[in-house]
Amino acid sequence: RYLSLLAGFPMCQVDEDYHDELERAGAPSVSKQCVKCKEATAAVVIRVGDTFCRGCFKEYFIHKFRAMLGKNRIIFPGEKVLLAVSGGPSSCSMLSQVQEGLSQNAHKKLRFSPGIVFIDEGGAVGQSAEERRRTAAELEAVFKATGFPFHIVPLEKVLDLPSKVLMAAPSPSEQPAGAYKTAVGHFLQSSSSSSSCVTQQEEKESSLPDVQESSTPLLQRLMASVETLTAREDLLSTLRQHLLVHTARSEGYSKLMLGDSCTRLAVKLLSSISLGRGAQLAQDTGFSDSRFGDVTLVRPMRDYSAKEIAFYNRLFSVPSVSIPSLDTKAPEKASIQRLTESFVIKLQADFPSTVSTIYRSVPNLPELNRTFYNPRPCCSVCAYTSFNGVFWVRTCDEQAAVRYRAPETADVRTLLCYSCQLTIKDMVSQSPCTAAGSALLFPKSTQEEKRKHVLVQVCCPLFRELVEK
Amino acid sequence: MAAPVAIHLEFGGGAELLFNGVKEHHVTLPSQSEPWDVKQLLVWIQRNLLKERPELFVQGDSVRPGILVLINDADWELMGELDYRLQDQDNIVFISTLHGG
Ligand SMILES: [Zn+2]
Ligand SMILES: [Zn+2]
Repeated sequence: RYLSLLAGFPMCQVDEDYHDELERAGAPSVSKQCVKCKEATAAVVIRVGDTFCRGCFKEYFIHKFRAMLGKNRIIFPGEKVLLAVSGGPSSCSMLSQVQEGLSQNAHKKLRFSPGIVFIDEGGAVGQSAEERRRTAAELEAVFKATGFPFHIVPLEKVLDLPSKVLMAAPSPSEQPAGAYKTAVGHFLQSSSSSSSCVTQQEEKESSLPDVQESSTPLLQRLMASVETLTAREDLLSTLRQHLLVHTARSEGYSKLMLGDSCTRLAVKLLSSISLGRGAQLAQDTGFSDSRFGDVTLVRPMRDYSAKEIAFYNRLFSVPSVSIPSLDTKAPEKASIQRLTESFVIKLQADFPSTVSTIYRSVPNLPELNRTFYNPRPCCSVCAYTSFNGVFWVRTCDEQAAVRYRAPETADVRTLLCYSCQLTIKDMVSQSPCTAAGSALLFPKSTQEEKRKHVLVQVCCPLFRELVEK
Repeated sequence: MAAPVAIHLEFGGGAELLFNGVKEHHVTLPSQSEPWDVKQLLVWIQRNLLKERPELFVQGDSVRPGILVLINDADWELMGELDYRLQDQDNIVFISTLHGG
């Protein structure tokens, strides 16, 4: 099935010289000398035949980061840029590159003003409060050393977001700027009585996650209501993205930098197809993603392989923190995402240009012309924008483009893209969340929990739909 | 007979989770008739250090694709990979680049 997916992929558009690279890696006749300075002993093999010494590797790595930002000209001088750091090697490497760039002399210097956000997902992956505190403390030490402002936000906060924040806000030019700010203002006011509200945390320049006790079980129930690991990973990444975008907005950042490497993006790209997110590929994996309007996502690490990053971090002592995730130690076939990862990595072992070929095909995929979305209906879970209210979906089984149109009169919040419908169907199949089912799901809910339940409904229209039925 | 070899092993990027979370191991490989190479080291690690789920660390004779190997801070691809003969005081690092490590 995966092979057929690959076969349908626009590899045919790949340049001629890829064909040589695509040939199976033969017995490597690796040069022990650096191909760049032709003097020093090589330390890293980047691609077949490309061997770099330590010094040239460092130069190459740093240059690539600056070139990526320079070429795309998307970040303006003085702009506030929020770096999403998960603690993993790729985002920590991104952080070190930003530090490096800011320390350069005048003409090479990066000129934006960075901040850091870490989403603590411990509540969703089953870490104890103690483990979460330890992880946060470890990251806090890394962040403090940079001197950048930073925000440590527990994932539970996503349950408190006002629904307006979850909607894709039109970009500033399309909309009076007041509307969004008002929504956030209301949110901050209404939650300022709670002891762990975002603003207070940020005044203290982050502090350790301090989560209301009732939120964690609620988050856990939300995660547990999804049956398969595949759908759970999809839900988690959606929730994480909302909270990242929200933090950027409420703190006045107009760019959000994500640390996805090209290996990661190749996996994401192929699993997106399997998950029915094929139509949003260009947004999910491109250099920049403007689906959220006023906050643009940027992926400056998309030219680095996981190998380059791991080597750089090791050779130049970039600290990272390993944090358990949903799929830690999960077997290879536990989810579509895991299966795709091991497929891509195995293919990469035999055909060293697999990853770069997959991800370089992204720019070839059509991105829908943004001028057509006016107004821009979007999926209320993942904020994927549809084309004139129609979600185009290519299913794996039917090999046909399915045209899915939401009812004309539908409230925007009830609009769901095909993929989110699948995730949500998975939730339905496990827990009968009818009005009665919802009572089962939240048996002895307090008033506070009920309030949050309503928010969850907005955040996940699934619940809403189910309760209405 | 080859003499015993004392080496330093390091696991990172999540690979340490398969070794009870312990990242650094100083080990001495016993004396044996053949000189020690990386291929034999992988077998030894499986028998003596690996705590769980060997398939997440080794596949066939080699390491699982996606796990990088550095020998004395150099890519093992430059050192002969499985055939590299271990020297006393070598530093061998395994870094997982797999998401769920
Ligand atoms: Zn060199
Ligand atoms: Zn969606």
